Amino acid sequence: MSEIPVTQIDTGTHTQLDVANRKVWPLPGGVHPPENKAQSLQHPIKPMSLPAQLVFPLSQHIGAPALACVNVGDQVLRGQVIAQAKGFVSVPVHASSSGTVVAIEERPIAHASGLHGMCIVVEPDGQHESIEFSPIADYTQCSAEELLDTIRNAGIAGMGGAGFPSAVKLNAKQPIDTLIINATECEPYITADDALIRERSSDVLLGIQILKHIVQPSQEVLIGIEDNKPEAIAQLRAQCTEHDQIHVVVFPTKYPSGGEKQLIKILTGREVPSGGLPADIGIVCQNIGTCEAIKKAVVDGEPLTSRVTTVTGETVSPQNYDIALGTPVSHALAESDYQAQGNQPVIMGGPMMGFALANLDIPVVKTTNCILAPSVTERPPNDIAQACIRCGMCAEACPVSLLPQQLYWFSRSQNNTQLEKHNLFDCIECGACSYSCPSHIPLVQYYRSSKAEIRAEKADQEKSEKAKQRFELRQERLEREEREKEERRKARKEAALKAKASPSKQDVISDAIARTQAKKNNVAQADKSAPAAADSAKALDPAAAAIERAKQKRAEPATEQSPEDTLKTQIATLEKRIAKANDKMAALETSDSTKIDALKSGLALQQQKLDDAKAQLAAISSNAVDSASAPATDEPMDAAQAAIARAQQARAEAGNLSDDEKRAQQLTSIDKRLSAQQAKYDELLSSDPDKAELIKASLDKLQAKKAALLEASS
Amino acid sequence: MTQITSPHAHSALSTADVMRQVLLATIPGVFALTLYFGWGNLINILWASLTALACEAMVMKLRGRPVKYYLNDASALVTAVLLGIALPPFAPCWLVVFGSAFAILIVKQLYGGLGYNPFNPAMASYVILLISFPVYMSTWGTPSDLGTLPSFIDTFLWKLSSQTGAVSVIPDGYTMATPLDIVRQNMNGGGLSLSELATQTPQFGHWGGLGWEMVNAGFLFGGVYLMWRRIFTWHAPISMLISLAIMSLIFYDNGSSQSAGSPLFHLFSGATMFAAFFILTDPVSSAVSNRGRMIFGALIGVIIFIVRRWGNYPDAAAFAVLLLNFAAPFIDHYTQPRTYGHKGGDA
Repeated sequence: MSEIPVTQIDTGTHTQLDVANRKVWPLPGGVHPPENKAQSLQHPIKPMSLPAQLVFPLSQHIGAPALACVNVGDQVLRGQVIAQAKGFVSVPVHASSSGTVVAIEERPIAHASGLHGMCIVVEPDGQHESIEFSPIADYTQCSAEELLDTIRNAGIAGMGGAGFPSAVKLNAKQPIDTLIINATECEPYITADDALIRERSSDVLLGIQILKHIVQPSQEVLIGIEDNKPEAIAQLRAQCTEHDQIHVVVFPTKYPSGGEKQLIKILTGREVPSGGLPADIGIVCQNIGTCEAIKKAVVDGEPLTSRVTTVTGETVSPQNYDIALGTPVSHALAESDYQAQGNQPVIMGGPMMGFALANLDIPVVKTTNCILAPSVTERPPNDIAQACIRCGMCAEACPVSLLPQQLYWFSRSQNNTQLEKHNLFDCIECGACSYSCPSHIPLVQYYRSSKAEIRAEKADQEKSEKAKQRFELRQERLEREEREKEERRKARKEAALKAKASPSKQDVISDAIARTQAKKNNVAQADKSAPAAADSAKALDPAAAAIERAKQKRAEPATEQSPEDTLKTQIATLEKRIAKANDKMAALETSDSTKIDALKSGLALQQQKLDDAKAQLAAISSNAVDSASAPATDEPMDAAQAAIARAQQARAEAGNLSDDEKRAQQLTSIDKRLSAQQAKYDELLSSDPDKAELIKASLDKLQAKKAALLEASS
Repeated sequence: MTQITSPHAHSALSTADVMRQVLLATIPGVFALTLYFGWGNLINILWASLTALACEAMVMKLRGRPVKYYLNDASALVTAVLLGIALPPFAPCWLVVFGSAFAILIVKQLYGGLGYNPFNPAMASYVILLISFPVYMSTWGTPSDLGTLPSFIDTFLWKLSSQTGAVSVIPDGYTMATPLDIVRQNMNGGGLSLSELATQTPQFGHWGGLGWEMVNAGFLFGGVYLMWRRIFTWHAPISMLISLAIMSLIFYDNGSSQSAGSPLFHLFSGATMFAAFFILTDPVSSAVSNRGRMIFGALIGVIIFIVRRWGNYPDAAAFAVLLLNFAAPFIDHYTQPRTYGHKGGDA
């Protein structure tokens, strides 16, 4: 039986470790993959040559993509803003060398799913000319806001891999007690931070000082670093002796100690609450590479245009490069003597959390800390996944104490409820479980897909919830409107009832209504009572007239006429009568002037009737929609009822007017008539004294009426 | 260019490696078994393995799976070896073949194969055999110190010629009651104190049964090796041993005639160590979290003692394990570990 290597899983069961006199807390789980860091540390950081084309994706950070602010054909200089930050959680993009903008188009970008994104393509002119930088002479004289602006404008986003805009992260609203600088670099192969510290420790420390000035942590600044970087530790320690409250904390190498939440636990023993941010427990975390970029931005006034990236793997000559952002991976590989091996993937990032590139033209961006081009022996093709035997090695490796084997079963059975109950969303996707699984199950892949599925499901739920709310609000609005309408109707009715109580001619109307009601109960009596009602109605307002007509209609159920038709015939008759009366008057005017007064008053009455009828007709036409939808129009009986309702409504409206108002109305109409009569009288007095005498009589009548009205109102 | 998600690295360990490690770790125990009880168990292992591999291959062929690939994971072999160890040395070979086929076909493959079986295949099969053929299953060999062991050929032929109807063709002198049987019989009217029993009965050794203590020591050694290799965690086996020790201490009764035996006697008799390190640690059918496995192991220890003390079967590991296999999902439900960033208790 062949000897097999001991599985490299650390159970984390050992208690608190004490390295260099400072307590650190153990990380549960974790794995010890082969480090492979020495290869890329053999030579100092080397500047990389400029490629033929620089490609600047507008989205190199978490948050809203930047907004291009150059056009094709524009000349740009190194450090020039070529895309503006869009919104708060966003940073601008700067050209990393001088040259010409040749395209602004969709290109493949650095993304785990091989997405395309908008990119600005610059053809460098080789001059590498920079814009004028404006350094800050003494940052200690600057406010935190000014420095944060400088950092944002320099386009700095977390350089450890996530790419969260640094200014946003540093601008925590919560009180901060500890600033943590992440120099862990726990991923195998990557040495970018290590090399940076070794070669530029004073810059790094200056950056940390600036961060300390911005954040003003009430307690201390901790630089967390794994014990596999002795040279970097020595450099940092040498730099730190002069600075108070900045401590270099060394802890045992274990993957994934460099995860933000894991590092916080190791250094402080505190845990970031699930779903929360480090600021919630008074901690701000920054990558050490970001510190150097911040130093450059503040002290040198230089925006982020290049970074240190490890190019490593067995198919290249491993080396750390100072690489201009936007350099295509293919160029970086070519410069490192890349010998492609079959279908071997090239990985951006480390072997544990990096992603295989779909295309080698993808550019190096702000978050690219490593380009790994492994050989077939280094990264054998994936084995076929075997059955999960629930051995629990994944659970032993999990740094957040999940049960990956259970999550796997739930993911396969799409049991989203159980997935959430087993805290799927606390998974940091470090890959320790997949790494240690003896059945070679791509566990993290299952979790990613389940997370995406649950997120999509939640988005769907939210969408349908919103639609439901919209619908319900609409229903509610419609109901409310209906209710209000009904209330208005009721209010009018009540007002009318109140008005009924007052001793006026309204009584007669109510009587008429009462009679109508009675008739409704006894149609047989209709013929007798109808004329009486009609008589009383004659002298009354249009509402009463309408009621009267409705009653008549009801009394004659045989005539299947709509109220509209009835009114029309009425109008026709009235018009005929008026015409007749006019003719008669014209005749009398010449022959018998004594009868003319009586005729005139009759004519006025007819005219009023006609006007009423016309108004009724207009009201009916305007209510056409109601009548059309209401079953009332289907049967004459119901039509009559509708007419009654309308009449009641009209009366209610009349009832809304106070007695004084009504008197005032009457008064004005009398005044009008009075002045007309007076004019006529004056005119006739000179020409026809007989006629004038007649008019004088009616004039006196009107004046008497007016006097009576004035008396009533006073 | 292939698009693969992270991680792009993998530990060297595979499921087949895990299984091979387990097989490797059985060697000291099997060696002690052979030394003290003859070739019987090795012949069991041989027959069980052949049957298991044949059954597994047949099912894989039926399911249209690559036969060689699945046989290579060695899981069927592990089941067979564990069953071969558990069966008595003079069990007829048809019994071994039947048991092995039952374990693979019914208990493992009918449930979906590796990773899907709710019960430990070796133990479920053992229980079926124990209930169906109690006489064969409760006849154990005489330790080598108390007589001469039959030769390999004799053993092989005896096991082969054993017929279903016949009780046994093994000559009387080669079989003997186990120390666990003796203690139980003594409690039911033997009337001897433990020390008297130890001096009057040849089957007792230094602290457990003669031979048995060495067999248990062998499996303990193998188990410690597996824990060191991190093939499994200590939680289930150590909890079981502790709970068994505590139970036997409670009912030790100062070694009187009603004593069920000392803790040491229980730890080094029967299938204790074998069950602790090779049966409880079957990950498929046990609880998943470390706390869950502690509960799982502790309850098995308790049940083993209860059956040994008050039951009618020679040993109880198989029953205890099967009962807790039932309870494993229930235990899992209540023992979810506290995730980073979550408050307080588990589930």
